[in-house]
Amino acid sequence: MEAVVRRLGVWALVLLAAISAIALTPDSGFAIHMGIVALVAVILIIATLGTYDPLAKAQSIFRMPPGPSRYDDDVVRWGVIATMFWGIAGLLAGVFIAAQLAFPWLNLEPWFNFGRLRPLHTSAVIFAFGGNALLATSFYVVQRTCRATLALPGTARFVFWGYQLFIVLAATGYLLGISQGKEYAEPEWYVDLWLTVVWLAYLAVFVGTILKRNEPHIYVANWFFLAFIITVAMLHVVNNLALPVSLMGAKSYSAFAGVQDALTQWWYGHNAVGFFLTAGFLAMMYYFVPKQAGRPVYSYRLSIIHFWSLIFLYIWAGPHHLHYTALPDWAQTLGMVFSVMLWMPSWGGMINGLMTLNGAWDKVRTDPIIRMMVLALAFYGMSTFEGPMLSIKAVNSLSHYTDWTIGHVHSGALGWNGMITFACVYYLVPRLWQQPRLYSLRMINWHFWLATLGIVFYAASMWVAGITQGLMWREYGSDGYLVNSFVDTVAALHPMYILRAVGGLMYLSGAIIMVYNIWMTILGHQRDEAPMGDTAHDEANDRPIVAEPAE
Amino acid sequence: MSFYDTLRHFADSYGLAVICALYLTLCLWHFRPAAKGHVEAAKHSIFKDDDDGQ
Repeated sequence: MEAVVRRLGVWALVLLAAISAIALTPDSGFAIHMGIVALVAVILIIATLGTYDPLAKAQSIFRMPPGPSRYDDDVVRWGVIATMFWGIAGLLAGVFIAAQLAFPWLNLEPWFNFGRLRPLHTSAVIFAFGGNALLATSFYVVQRTCRATLALPGTARFVFWGYQLFIVLAATGYLLGISQGKEYAEPEWYVDLWLTVVWLAYLAVFVGTILKRNEPHIYVANWFFLAFIITVAMLHVVNNLALPVSLMGAKSYSAFAGVQDALTQWWYGHNAVGFFLTAGFLAMMYYFVPKQAGRPVYSYRLSIIHFWSLIFLYIWAGPHHLHYTALPDWAQTLGMVFSVMLWMPSWGGMINGLMTLNGAWDKVRTDPIIRMMVLALAFYGMSTFEGPMLSIKAVNSLSHYTDWTIGHVHSGALGWNGMITFACVYYLVPRLWQQPRLYSLRMINWHFWLATLGIVFYAASMWVAGITQGLMWREYGSDGYLVNSFVDTVAALHPMYILRAVGGLMYLSGAIIMVYNIWMTILGHQRDEAPMGDTAHDEANDRPIVAEPAE
Repeated sequence: MSFYDTLRHFADSYGLAVICALYLTLCLWHFRPAAKGHVEAAKHSIFKDDDDGQ
């Protein structure tokens, strides 16, 4: 009872602070954000008042298996559901902005124009979809590999809900026009501060669980997760150093100026790729691929070399985003050289993941989850080859600012991050909700092929579009003037933009099939279907070929 | 010499050497003969539990 009163007091204070901020600010976007904070406070007050045990209610909404279990998996289950929800939201935004590029009348001013929806799409897929997948899998893996329940269970719940509040504030902010204008770091100062609090709490839960482990070794997946959490904290804090204009407004100015600001931004930006989208997802790969294949990772020592090489090399690769800019030439070359060197550890990791299947390659035919994992690793290999290649200055002079970059990013994000996340969710759901199997394996097969074809459409059209753009931009006539105006290139790309939107739509359809499959699994249904990889036996033809005498 | 020069000369001499040595040590540490058992145990540690709590 005392705890309930104390909690009520805290939420009431938050509500009061939010209301006074709404009253005092001249900034309408900031007022709406404080309104969201106030709304959350009201919901929490009602939840605290209405029941002494809000957890029990959440358990029934999310169909949590009853009774005590060996590990603390509530947050993992919420994380899996949030991953699915934000995945659909982010992919939908992506398909919509792809359509906007092909059909400009879809730009609905002012809230749904391309400039505001584009960061909504990138943040939704990277931080909301990817971030929730990382939260869920890291809490799942660290408990299993340490043979210990989560340290600080209350803090773990705060991390989950605090992170969702961050996502809602970020996403609504973009639509309202609140942005720092830094790619992948668009949220303004107060949202950044909130994320810092949530992220440090995440670090505390993760490290706390490792410290109370009952297993002498810290499995390599946890190294990758820990590197991801620590590095993202560092990147986030440094890149978002800024001075707000007023404590009662959203606007702030960066602590850095000019090329220093650009370099800090791309040191952050590229390592967001390196540590959020690579290290974190490699952690998933190093646990779930061996588990699903039923055999240990090909070489544990190679995974350690993979880890340290990634840590030591990635952090220097950022300047390749600033080729041929005001950044000093030596710094550009440094970024390029480190990016090229990164190719080796990346392929070491890909080979390590693929070779884990050595002797079990038949599973690619019979197990659609393994097939997704193999495709994810193949795309990890392809995009970590393409990335170093694009970072070479001579190549970059053609590819930079063109759609080739967009194609590269999506072969990594859709192929590697998306597919490994889908595979992990398919692995997790029957186990977390204690179902004997998924609703349907054949639906995974549909998901797999829709997603794969979608990526092929996407990447191929963006390669063609990017190279077309690059060549048209640099084409000189014999008189020494540029041959094409910018609008000529836009017109030339129109068919490619339509193909890209089709690819995105296919990828989204696959994800919708997945949501249905997961939903039915959680509800406890099982589809009556023929097993995968069942080869029909033809009795009549099952005999040796007998040579027939010539006539 | 400016503060910047001092820092960058440190970075491309001793700093670079220390980072390279640290990198090589961390990578090669698991190749020492005594590590074989630990590496094997860690490699198979995720298969110790049959049910993983489910």
